[in-house]
Amino acid sequence: MAANAARDLSSAASVIELRAVNKWFGQFHVLSDINLDVREGEKIVICGPSGSGKSTLIRCINRLEEHQAGDIVVHGVTLSNDVKNIEAIRREVGMVFQSFNLFPHLTILDNLTLAPIWVKKMPKKDAEEIAMGLLKRVRIPEQALKYPGQLSGGQQQRVAIARALCMRPKIMLFDEPTSALDPEMVKEVLDVMIELAREGMTMLVVTHEMGFARAVADRVIFMDRGEIVEQNEPEEFFANPRNERTKLFLGQILHHH
Amino acid sequence: MTDVLPVGERRQLAPPVDDSGVLGWIRKNLFSSWGNGITTVVLIFAVGWILAGFLDWAVLTANFTAASGSECRGYGACWALIREKYRYIFFGSFPYEQHWRPLFAVIAMLAMLVLSADRRMWNWRLLVIWGVGSFVTFLLMFGQIHIPLSLMLTVALILGGAGMSLRKLIAGAGEMNAYRALAAIGLAGLALRIAGVLPGWSLAIAPLDYVETSLWGGIPVTIILATYGLAFAFPYGVLLALGRRSNLPLIKGLCVGFIELIRGVPLISLLIMASVMLPLFLPSGTTIDKFLRAQVAVILFAGAYIAEVIRGGLQSLPKGQFEAADAMGLNYMQKTLLIILPQALRVVIPPLINTFIGFFKDTSLVLIIGIFDFLNTANQALVDPNWAGFPGEVYLFAAFVYFVFCYSMSRYSKYLEVELNKGTHR
Repeated sequence: MAANAARDLSSAASVIELRAVNKWFGQFHVLSDINLDVREGEKIVICGPSGSGKSTLIRCINRLEEHQAGDIVVHGVTLSNDVKNIEAIRREVGMVFQSFNLFPHLTILDNLTLAPIWVKKMPKKDAEEIAMGLLKRVRIPEQALKYPGQLSGGQQQRVAIARALCMRPKIMLFDEPTSALDPEMVKEVLDVMIELAREGMTMLVVTHEMGFARAVADRVIFMDRGEIVEQNEPEEFFANPRNERTKLFLGQILHHH
Repeated sequence: MTDVLPVGERRQLAPPVDDSGVLGWIRKNLFSSWGNGITTVVLIFAVGWILAGFLDWAVLTANFTAASGSECRGYGACWALIREKYRYIFFGSFPYEQHWRPLFAVIAMLAMLVLSADRRMWNWRLLVIWGVGSFVTFLLMFGQIHIPLSLMLTVALILGGAGMSLRKLIAGAGEMNAYRALAAIGLAGLALRIAGVLPGWSLAIAPLDYVETSLWGGIPVTIILATYGLAFAFPYGVLLALGRRSNLPLIKGLCVGFIELIRGVPLISLLIMASVMLPLFLPSGTTIDKFLRAQVAVILFAGAYIAEVIRGGLQSLPKGQFEAADAMGLNYMQKTLLIILPQALRVVIPPLINTFIGFFKDTSLVLIIGIFDFLNTANQALVDPNWAGFPGEVYLFAAFVYFVFCYSMSRYSKYLEVELNKGTHR
């Protein structure tokens, strides 16, 4: 699984830049001085103990959370309070949530075609064609006319991935995509994500699935108490963690794997 | 003896249990113990005794044909009174020989309501149904409708503008030009009208004698007040509920203030305000029809209550639904109309219909300002000295009519819940 190390990303352009990003929840300093560059096609896995700010970090990138200091630049657009600006970024950035967040009152197909039709103003027929193609890719085309409540957790999360891809995003954010799944369903979702990574999608993934990190990540970032403590290529990261907190964390989670 | 069933169906029969069959069910549910058995027997006798008494009064000894109240005495129920007065109870002081007009108006409104209850009609057809239905209803009730030129121009402007903005990316060139033409005609016409170039002409549709609202009464008044009251209060309540959750402090404050203010006063005081106080504030010479003022009061009042019901539905949605819609790049309108409201409204169908039923009955409070709704005309039927002394019959009859409407709404609520949740097992 060392194929990634060979890929040279240093020449690729930055698609996400975070400069001295800070955020507080009340008095709690949830993100402190985050600096991060994500290059095109790069896959980054972010891990860390709960409450370390990793979810907040990726949720700042598409403005589900608002940062209070610093700059976030996505695809050359600096995030601001301008609604048009935010909507433009959200069209380019897909997101997958821990709790799937499919729309329960719409069929799977309608879940997928909603954003292309209403946001991109795509003709319904074209949107459905793309949606069916994506459902085939996540291996559940036969569920297209069912409702989310009729699917298993793993199937729902695969639909959620397909739904995000339907907008043809340049960047995908995953917020603990397998944490709400029963163990036997984790693999089917990870397989889809690995496939996506191999196709060259730029991905930021918050997860504790270290097997996934080893398989596809170009870089693993460890966060604790709102700061980026350590980042490295996966082999280095797992073999020689430098920071004490990283060692402690890895010791705790790898213990069970 | 059970019939022989084909193999496939036989397999679906319930497993045999001791309490199957009518006798088994009775033994299990009604006579499972001595105490249970005695309770059952006592209750059956009590209900039977009450029913028998009622049947005797309402049917067996009832008088259906008496010519006056004095002939009725000594019998059971005096249904002859209803027979004598039903046209007044249903249609109030509407000119007697013209009673076919409110009758057909009621039929038109009921047809409109029944058609719009069907989910398949929930698209542009709804607009047509309500447009035609309302036009027929009010033409029959008023007898004449005058449509001022400025109103037509305003409608043209609104239709054109709405078409241009809402169908901007879907409509073809021809359709778009039609919207532009409509809006342009509306705008130019209104400008000319304000400048005084166009005269204050109005289109008169006057096939019948004019009947003013003060002569309206009975069932059409109740149905009009309830139907249009709720039809306007519903979208208004949705806006209030959304406004109350707005991030903009001014909008939020206004909505909260309005809801709390309206909920804090009784409907009667609002009706009296509309009927007595409002005219004092209007410049002399301008009058707003009393019926219309009552209608507006009902809309404002119902709107505040509906808003709170819908807010409950909005709050029941998980935060993830809002976030997912945001993350996909939907704007506020799209998020609200496509994701949030369809789910929130489904959740609140039972309390919403509950509010509707309450307001259907609350319209009878308009009697306080002298509008003759159905309950009030029924009340007035008792005033006739020839027929004095039979309030039970009249109120029972009125109660029956109210029950038919309210029970229909209740059943519809059940149907809607099932219909809208088809497939979405949650």
